[in-house]
Amino acid sequence: MALRYAYWPGCVAKGGCPELYESMAAVAEVLDIELIELHEASCTGFGVLSEQNPELADTLNCRTFSMAEKLGLPLLNICSTCQGVMSAANYKVQHDQAYLDRINGNLAEEGLHYSGNVTVKNFLWALVEDIGLDVLRSKVKRPLHDLWMAPFYGCYILRPSQKLGIDADKPRDTYLEQVIEACGASPVDYYGKTKCCGFPIVTMNRVNSLSMAGDHLLEAKGKGADAMVTPCPLCHLNLDSQQPAAAGIKHQAIGLPVLHLPQLVGLALGISPKELRLNRHVVSAEAVVMKAATA
Amino acid sequence: MQITLNVRRFNPEDQRGVHWQAYEMDVPEHFTVLDALMQVREEIDGTLGMRCSCRSAICGSCAMRINGHAKLACKTRIIALGGEGQEIIVEPAGNMPVIKDLIADMTPFWDKIRAVEPYLQTDNPPPPREYRVPDEAMEHLTGVMACIMCGACVSDCTVLEAELKLGKPYNETFLAPAALAKAYRFVGDPRDEHQKERLEKLSEPHGIYDCTHCYECVEVCPKDVAPMDRIIKMREMAVENGITNNTGVRHAKAAADSIKASGRNYELTFYPKSVGMFNVRELIPVMPTGVSLMKKAGTHLIMPHKAKNADRIKKMFETVEKRKKKEAR
Repeated sequence: MALRYAYWPGCVAKGGCPELYESMAAVAEVLDIELIELHEASCTGFGVLSEQNPELADTLNCRTFSMAEKLGLPLLNICSTCQGVMSAANYKVQHDQAYLDRINGNLAEEGLHYSGNVTVKNFLWALVEDIGLDVLRSKVKRPLHDLWMAPFYGCYILRPSQKLGIDADKPRDTYLEQVIEACGASPVDYYGKTKCCGFPIVTMNRVNSLSMAGDHLLEAKGKGADAMVTPCPLCHLNLDSQQPAAAGIKHQAIGLPVLHLPQLVGLALGISPKELRLNRHVVSAEAVVMKAATA
Repeated sequence: MQITLNVRRFNPEDQRGVHWQAYEMDVPEHFTVLDALMQVREEIDGTLGMRCSCRSAICGSCAMRINGHAKLACKTRIIALGGEGQEIIVEPAGNMPVIKDLIADMTPFWDKIRAVEPYLQTDNPPPPREYRVPDEAMEHLTGVMACIMCGACVSDCTVLEAELKLGKPYNETFLAPAALAKAYRFVGDPRDEHQKERLEKLSEPHGIYDCTHCYECVEVCPKDVAPMDRIIKMREMAVENGITNNTGVRHAKAAADSIKASGRNYELTFYPKSVGMFNVRELIPVMPTGVSLMKKAGTHLIMPHKAKNADRIKKMFETVEKRKKKEAR
């Protein structure tokens, strides 16, 4: 039976990174996942809206949770940042009934209500916890044996670990490596994999921001990575779209392709690179496609 | 249990420079990393340099990187790192010069603490007796008062790390989490009379808007000071004090406006709205990225997507904003 989720793809998957949205749709079909998109949901505020008005950001996120609750489904996202902001909002209202009541007071204006019981999952977590790596392995048609992939998580899906439910039972800070292996590829271990891509400060301090992206890309490349893979489209903006600029700041050529998580999984599942929109990146993913084809 | 401590060694008087030394040892199950290091120093290798004092997570002397993350060695049990058969990687705290082995030079750390003027500032003469403040006005400061100045947050600060890699001198880098948490301790103190001046200074470059939201400091702090949460709180306080003429605030406003209008964030407008629409010096360097993004995302960027029934989201904004204003009155 198909897994069903209320689906929040996030703004970037429908803006700067449409290839993420399209590749996820292709992968969902092969993995027999039914995605019911919440077209009326709003942006999570990506941690910025809450700086000026935390209650507003929490209200908007609970508004989205209430829509999933109405459908009786867990909420799936494809963005580390969405995951982090939604997990934090959910944690807050689940641990403070008075605050949840207050938020529900705001939601009542629209005739909505949130009880506090929705599970919010990034596709990365769903792959390991709901679909299962054995099922994923059984569906792999094109094991990516020749590919060395550098995982890049994105801060919001790792920290604060308590609010994201990362513990010994759910070692979600190791899932990306596990998925890479399940796809037949080899994970590259490097210091920067859990660090910050720099995107949040790109407008405030562009040099620091791009320097962060450049450091991690160069380190991964130096450790032998063919490409990077990330569950976060905001990281992707800094690591891929801004890669030429980052290379300029670090005074070194980089040229490391950066894949969205569904693109990596889709390649292994045998979906065509074109359908996965692997031709839509700023840094060409041609070398990855070639290596995958010879697998 | 059998373990291997792999320690990063460095002695400025030694020709070998930075090198790694492995100590294989048999330790009891209750041992912390500090217990093991002390056993090395006392029984195996007296040349190992380290700093420690209370052994009770109070003095803050033994912050170091253990398996890649800043921790207090005295608070880190070996069994929690995996126990039997584990290799444990021990390095000095990051983002600071190293004096010897595991001893970091905390001079830049203290310079940054001093830079935020960590003492009560008043213009009026003190009251004849003690200052009287209600409990609830001070309760929110107890978290930051728990700081033991161990430097774990500074060690793992990703912004400071990137700046040091660029070769910037310490006095031209981000104030970093510990000093900003300390700044909050005074910004939020009802007795301090320089809140606005402090927030103005903290809103300048190297201050609260240079933080990248990575949560590393929140994650590694052994005392739950949550420095990043304090930084974010100070951004909110700065806006409340009318300090809005900076990129950080314009960026947040661009985000809020975009979500209010369409229910989505529309990233292409953020940069010009944040740095200023006519800020040619800042806009020219980002033109190539803008062009390649347009080429890549095409119509998705030219005609931005909008939430269905976006007017309901706008109404929700107004509901919460109205409530906030009403309660402030």
